[in-house]
Amino acid sequence: MESLEQIKSRIEAAIAGASVTIVPNPGPANQPSLLIDNEHAFAAVQFLRDDAELRLDYCSSVTGVDWLDRTVKKTVKVKEIVDGVEKEIDRAEEEKIPGYLEAVYHLYSTVRKHGPVIVRMRTTDRLDGAHLPSMTPLYRSAEFQEREIYDLYGVTFEGHPDLRRILMWDEFEDHPMRKDYVQPDDFEYEPTPHDEVLERAKEHYSERPTIDGAEPVSTQP
Amino acid sequence: MSEGVDEGLRSELQKQGVWVTSMQELYNWGRKNSIWPLQFGLACCAIEMIATAASRYDLARFGGEVFRPSPRQADLMIVAGTVTKKMAPQVVRLYNQMPDPKYVIAMGACAISGGPFKQGYNVLKGIDRYIPVDVYIPGCPPRPEALLHAFMELQRKIDEQKLTGAGKAEFLKPQQPSEFPVPAFGAHDLQPPSNPDVFRPPHLERA
Repeated sequence: MESLEQIKSRIEAAIAGASVTIVPNPGPANQPSLLIDNEHAFAAVQFLRDDAELRLDYCSSVTGVDWLDRTVKKTVKVKEIVDGVEKEIDRAEEEKIPGYLEAVYHLYSTVRKHGPVIVRMRTTDRLDGAHLPSMTPLYRSAEFQEREIYDLYGVTFEGHPDLRRILMWDEFEDHPMRKDYVQPDDFEYEPTPHDEVLERAKEHYSERPTIDGAEPVSTQP
Repeated sequence: MSEGVDEGLRSELQKQGVWVTSMQELYNWGRKNSIWPLQFGLACCAIEMIATAASRYDLARFGGEVFRPSPRQADLMIVAGTVTKKMAPQVVRLYNQMPDPKYVIAMGACAISGGPFKQGYNVLKGIDRYIPVDVYIPGCPPRPEALLHAFMELQRKIDEQKLTGAGKAEFLKPQQPSEFPVPAFGAHDLQPPSNPDVFRPPHLERA
């Protein structure tokens, strides 16, 4: 298979205005991926599917990722004049990256026997109704998995033929896989609590009765 | 044992070929040896339930082999597996559709308390939050022997139920509810999260 750089340049040549970024993945997996802008993502994935060289005809999985607001610390080499002499100084800088939701597609070719090519799309924010283009018209296998991302992360896929919740009930309003999800508190009765369950159960413990005028023991730390 | 008949007299009569019994004893004997479970499974515990009903463990030895696919014909509900919050209203509805007298076995850690999914957002922490449970079996999943044990415990419980008098069985009391409210799908959780008429956990003094 071609390198990711080659694929990137071919997409940009084929689709006018498409912006493709290679997202590195330093780690044992070492699977870098292509970040495609939302406007051209559908055409770009269609190109990957139909291109004679690539023929990525199989979408094996669609994954949702929730990225909270974060600050990345990095050191930047800056030239400064210190005591009249120009020196290179490392300066620590903080970059604030606003949160977003991400959909990651793993594409393989059953004809050419290669893959995966990993394609990412990012929403602009983490608000409800964040939009991404749906790949279901290209890959039928993405249908249920996009519904699952819609259910658990709250990403609305434009162009999905049947976008409904798939795991939780229709009346449910939250998106449980989001990092800021608050789960219902039903820890009122735990016969053998430990670890996290103990912490949650303690919030329900009642005050101990005072016996013989002793000092009341508080349940709250 | 039957009330009002002396045990010694009974035994003496039996030696002479006269068998003395009571209506209650005969009735319970018939009921406990023909318990028809509702045929439904929710998770991996159901596989153990199937194994229990199959030839090796043979639930038929205890009269429980007639798994009915309809709640209208079932006496026993074996809640075999994880009850998700999405499935809980259907389980309660099935229980409501069973005719009295009806019994419930909560099989496995999930049906008792949520088990390994206790901290999850989507699993009901015990079916006893909505319907009364007669026998609890711990295990993940419980072995077929454990289910047989629970079945025998249930038979013992049925055998001890009284038909008349002050201490008569709950299902014979007209004011006793036979149906329980089905929880509704709420915006964040099931509504109500538990039925206070059924779910009365013991109060634990802790600090």
